[in-house]
Amino acid sequence: MKWILVVMCILATTVGDVFRSLGMRHHGEIRDFRPGAIGAMLAAIARNWMVIVSTCAMAVSFFSFMKLVSIAPMTFAVPMSAATFIPETLLARFFLRENVDWRRWTGIGLIVVGVVFIAQ
Amino acid sequence: MQATDPRLTRAASSQALHAKTRFWAVISVLSNVAGNSALTHGMQQLSHVGNTPLALIAALFHPWVALGVALLIVWTFAHMALLSWADLSYVMPVTAIGYVVTAFAGKFFLGEIVSPARWAGIVLITAGVTLVGRTAPASPLDGNPQ
Repeated sequence: MKWILVVMCILATTVGDVFRSLGMRHHGEIRDFRPGAIGAMLAAIARNWMVIVSTCAMAVSFFSFMKLVSIAPMTFAVPMSAATFIPETLLARFFLRENVDWRRWTGIGLIVVGVVFIAQ
Repeated sequence: MQATDPRLTRAASSQALHAKTRFWAVISVLSNVAGNSALTHGMQQLSHVGNTPLALIAALFHPWVALGVALLIVWTFAHMALLSWADLSYVMPVTAIGYVVTAFAGKFFLGEIVSPARWAGIVLITAGVTLVGRTAPASPLDGNPQ
């Protein structure tokens, strides 16, 4: 049960983040943060299928993480949440075609090791 | 004064983008840490919550759980705003500073002891976030000379 939740959580978070990035890039840079403009932006992204896929995936991720912390200790759940950094960085590089240079790879590596230490 | 050097304009807009990114990254981290803490606190008080969807929906009306959900809505908005202009491989590692904020919140608000291993983790994460924070938030778009 624990490992099923871990896999669900990692997959759902990765899909959610990648599609959120795709959808928001498609929408374009948000420049106006006045309430009216935010309302119009939310109405526009509510019809964006990539944002809809991302929101559904985030909901799965949220509930599987809640269930995970109820059956496994945080020292297990927290490093598991950082495990998404690896597939997400690979997808950012090869699917989203982002410029992942050595500083990003090294930084992400340090963070993943750091999260394992912090959960001790 | 009238003839603006395009290099200066580009430098100024890149600085403005960095400042905007930093502002929303701080909002994202704080709302995420506070939201998760409020949610966990609320769920622990409601130890008898069942597994049915109806029981989970009823739990949303507990004040701490409601506060947590409200803060996580703020987080969702800040995260979406960041991703509208910044790379996923930038936003994800930079907002990882939240793990450090959580560790310090545990130490100062809950009186938890930070072990040497945790301090090592804090140093590693901070170094990683600093390194990624030094890269440009957005990759140049295809066919967009920069």
